[in-house]
Amino acid sequence: MPAVSRGDAMRGLAVFISDIRNCKSKEAESKRINKELANIRSKFKGDKTLDGYSKKKYVCKLLFIFLLGHDIDFGHMEAVNLLSSNKYTEKQIGYLFISVLVSSNSDLMKLIIQNIKNDISSPKPVHVNLALHCIANIGSVEMAEAFGSEVPKLLVSAQANESVKQSAALCLLRLFRTMPDSMTYAEWASRVIHLLNDQHMGVVTAAVSLIHSLSQHSPNDYKGCVSLAVSRLSRIVTSTYTDLLDYTYYFVPAPWLSVKLLRLLQCYPVPDEPAIRGRLVECLETILNKCQEPPKSKKVQHSNAKNAVLFEAINLIIHIDSEPNLLVRACNQLGQFLQHRETNLRYLALESMCLLAGSEFSADAVKKHRETVINALKTERDVSVRQRAVDLLYAMCDKTNSEEIVAEMLDYLKIADYAIREEMVLKVAILSEKYASDYTWYVDTILQLIRVAGDYVSEEVWHRVIQIVINRDDAQGYAAKTVFENLQAPACHENMVKVGGYILGEFGNLIAGDSRSSPLVQFNLLHSKFHLCSPATRALLLSTYIKFINLFPEIKPTIQNVLRNNNQLRNADVELQQRALEYSQLSSITSQDVLATVLEEMPPFPERESSILAKLKKKKPASAQALEKDEEKHKKSPASVENHVETKETPPPITNSNSVDLLGLGTPAAAPETNNTNALWDVFGGSPAPEEQVIDVNMSKTEENPGVPAAGSEPPTTAANETQYLTKFLFKNSGVLFENDLLQIGVKCEFKDQYGRVGLFFGNKTPTQLNHFSASVTLTDDQQGKLVVATQKEAPSQIDGGAQVQHFLNMECVSLFSDAPVLRIRYNHQGAPHSVSLKLPVLINKFFEGTDMDATNFFGRWKQLGQPAQECQKIFQAKFPIDASSTKLKLTGFGIACLSGIDPNPENMVGAGIVKTKDLQVGCLLRLEPNQAARMYRLTIRASNGVLSQTLCDLLEDQF
Amino acid sequence: MMKFMLLFSRQGKVRLQKWFYAIGDKEKKKILRDLVALVLQRRPKMCNFLDWKDFKVVYKRYASLFFCCAIEDTDNELLALEVIHRYVEILDKYFGSVCELDIIFNFEKAYFILDEFLLAGEIQESSKNKVLRAVENSDALQEENQEAEATRSILEEFGLT
Repeated sequence: MPAVSRGDAMRGLAVFISDIRNCKSKEAESKRINKELANIRSKFKGDKTLDGYSKKKYVCKLLFIFLLGHDIDFGHMEAVNLLSSNKYTEKQIGYLFISVLVSSNSDLMKLIIQNIKNDISSPKPVHVNLALHCIANIGSVEMAEAFGSEVPKLLVSAQANESVKQSAALCLLRLFRTMPDSMTYAEWASRVIHLLNDQHMGVVTAAVSLIHSLSQHSPNDYKGCVSLAVSRLSRIVTSTYTDLLDYTYYFVPAPWLSVKLLRLLQCYPVPDEPAIRGRLVECLETILNKCQEPPKSKKVQHSNAKNAVLFEAINLIIHIDSEPNLLVRACNQLGQFLQHRETNLRYLALESMCLLAGSEFSADAVKKHRETVINALKTERDVSVRQRAVDLLYAMCDKTNSEEIVAEMLDYLKIADYAIREEMVLKVAILSEKYASDYTWYVDTILQLIRVAGDYVSEEVWHRVIQIVINRDDAQGYAAKTVFENLQAPACHENMVKVGGYILGEFGNLIAGDSRSSPLVQFNLLHSKFHLCSPATRALLLSTYIKFINLFPEIKPTIQNVLRNNNQLRNADVELQQRALEYSQLSSITSQDVLATVLEEMPPFPERESSILAKLKKKKPASAQALEKDEEKHKKSPASVENHVETKETPPPITNSNSVDLLGLGTPAAAPETNNTNALWDVFGGSPAPEEQVIDVNMSKTEENPGVPAAGSEPPTTAANETQYLTKFLFKNSGVLFENDLLQIGVKCEFKDQYGRVGLFFGNKTPTQLNHFSASVTLTDDQQGKLVVATQKEAPSQIDGGAQVQHFLNMECVSLFSDAPVLRIRYNHQGAPHSVSLKLPVLINKFFEGTDMDATNFFGRWKQLGQPAQECQKIFQAKFPIDASSTKLKLTGFGIACLSGIDPNPENMVGAGIVKTKDLQVGCLLRLEPNQAARMYRLTIRASNGVLSQTLCDLLEDQF
Repeated sequence: MMKFMLLFSRQGKVRLQKWFYAIGDKEKKKILRDLVALVLQRRPKMCNFLDWKDFKVVYKRYASLFFCCAIEDTDNELLALEVIHRYVEILDKYFGSVCELDIIFNFEKAYFILDEFLLAGEIQESSKNKVLRAVENSDALQEENQEAEATRSILEEFGLT
């Protein structure tokens, strides 16, 4: 046992700790602790009042026991008693106990707060500090409420001594974090800022942390700190290490304060004033220069402190992002560190370079280090460093080096640590898609990815490759051929079977001409894998087989035999059983025409954000962001499939007859697949209308209360999420309007001049009949007279289980209107009334007709519509990556004709169209200017009718 | 800001834990268990930083003790390493060549010193001398009190009560 150094020794405590240490087993330790707890409890309960010393000792023992990991459920009161002791040592133990254990017993809070109040106003600074430490350690809402106004006074008081000010600053910081909104201290702002000028370095060090947090919360109140911070920083970096005495750490002047100041400056843009800006740049240069000087000490502490300042300075340089010279110098400095013998520096250099790769000024300088980084990936012994190397390769990847980087990553993937494989797979998948100059390379890369790291290839990755192949005509034949070759390997990963099954099912015909991959060979190859696969994959293969029946009628009997095999028809898995049964029926009952329609090739997927990127974002927000920033620069990449059209989609609704989807159960990628099964469902439900296949299920599913409502109350009403679906229908005319567990509503509209025809398809998803069904359209007062709606064909009042009925509306647009008409549906299901209200996707833009015109014509009209009332302009943040082709698609879907070669800036979009109503026709011109750097759009619409400009602007705002 | 600081032995026994944000006991125990295991299995030449959950973990071994802290994503790793070192220096000066046993038997002192050095997860005072002076001042206050306690019973001296 060591000699207890100083202060007052608690002998009993030391003995107890020794006892515990001497315990040979966990049981012995527990026994000793229980004995002690019993002893303390009896002391606390005993008649004899304990003196302060004993109380302190027992409280300290309890604390020790708690810190060993045991629960303590008494002693809090005794600890609180210690707070009011006039002996410092007892008070101190009391506060320690409370700071550590208080959350578990807050009914004493009032008492504690009262004691803190006494101490905080004590004339002795040591007592004030104890109280402040306790407030800062607990930092609860009660503390914030009780002391939120007391603590600032101490901070700016002229009387308080330095150490009290230091504690007060950080105490306030903790309270501010607890309740940021009620403690902005705007009235104190200037006095708090001026603490930066305090002559006591300790006070400045503590205060900067507070100012940093306050600045992040309300930058405007605290912007005055920038110039003070710059001059303070300047004084530190130009000082010699002897100037700052105690605040010099291993020959580095005030590293903590420097780093805090550099971080504070990252809360604000570069100072505008040339003098301050110049001084700041000078500081940063000095810091960079100092790194070239020979070290003043060989101690690692010296280099750590120096480099800590350097890395923070580099962060600030990246934040400023407008000083090319500094950025390149920073990059060179980091380049030296990449080969440093200190692992820590290599790690940090890789990390910082990731950020530099995102700046246009230093991106090229970063790329020069490609070889070194690849080498790091291969030779680093520490997985966390290798991880950073992967991140950096990902960040520096562009069109020129993508093939090499992807190849290196694929190569490394074979031996990569399990911990980082999944993320690497995502990164390879994203890079190969993003920089694919031809799709054969992309297909090869993804298939290789599945080969080397099949287990780590998540659903998103193989869904994505299918989306891309389906959307790219030029990749389909190659994909079919390659996947076929890959499947021939004796052992191939199940993910390969999934991709293979799907792609051959769609595009197997493209390679069927070759006798080596004739239909029967394809089928036998796939079926040879069937028995080794999981039920989900088998279900997918069954769908492939039925598609084969359509593609290759000549092997129909072979496939029907497989489908009718008892292994399938009596499979324990209900889904497989059902698919086998339905598919074999489908193949034998229906005509070739119906079969061809049902199994038609998949329509292209709507363009959307890569689900892989979304997944990576979830995993590593920072690195995905870095890529996005990068993405803007490379937006011309051929992979237009990357467009973020719909950022958030709900999973496709799952009905009982198609609970396992062909392509990815419940993932966004699967949406259009439901078409197919929907169609099937129609066939079996006996309902005609194969045209309903176009129903696209992208709906938000809203909750509906299935319970029977109390008599007399309103039936439960479901309102679909209007903004979400209306937004979707701005650009297209058909799709699923609404869906819940009972009902699916599809819509298909046609518009010509001022006339519109809206077809509604109501599908009963339950096995039982829906009765008292009615659908009606109501017009608001504003719409009355502007829009005429007539029912052409009414839906029947009963819908049988599983059936679909139609309802047609005719419309005429008489004059300009601004809001969509509301459709109200009522029906009874199993005796319970339900009602649904939703907006019909009929907005003024549906009556648009695009017009073509040349530049002179356009500008002539543009000038004619020059009055302020005729123009409406909006500036808004881009919601999706700025991409010309998707924007054009949307504008065309919106109804306007996109005109090319008119605007001198090819990035800008211009369009023209006429809104046709019965009463008037309004010509309308549009200009949409993207700003890549700011990720903003400016939308200008001019129309002879100002109300129309406004309405259209409102509709289009935030849609890009 | 620093989120928490831990001291643990090579055997995984936690000697000090300081949490700078509100967190439930259950979560604390989970973090302790997972993080201690993670750090202990790292080899000597590896880098001192780890990306772990939402934190950056910075650790360093001093003799038989690991000092380990978790900082936020935007914090400076190298400086956190030196925060650890400065704390070790202060402990060393205070106890006179500090060892694990000093921290076990005087755990309350280790906490008091930490409170003078770090508050709310930020550096309060980076000067070693100033921190030591503050701690020694409060020790002086304790010694005044000790006189009065000199007359304690013999049983008490042997730690039998």
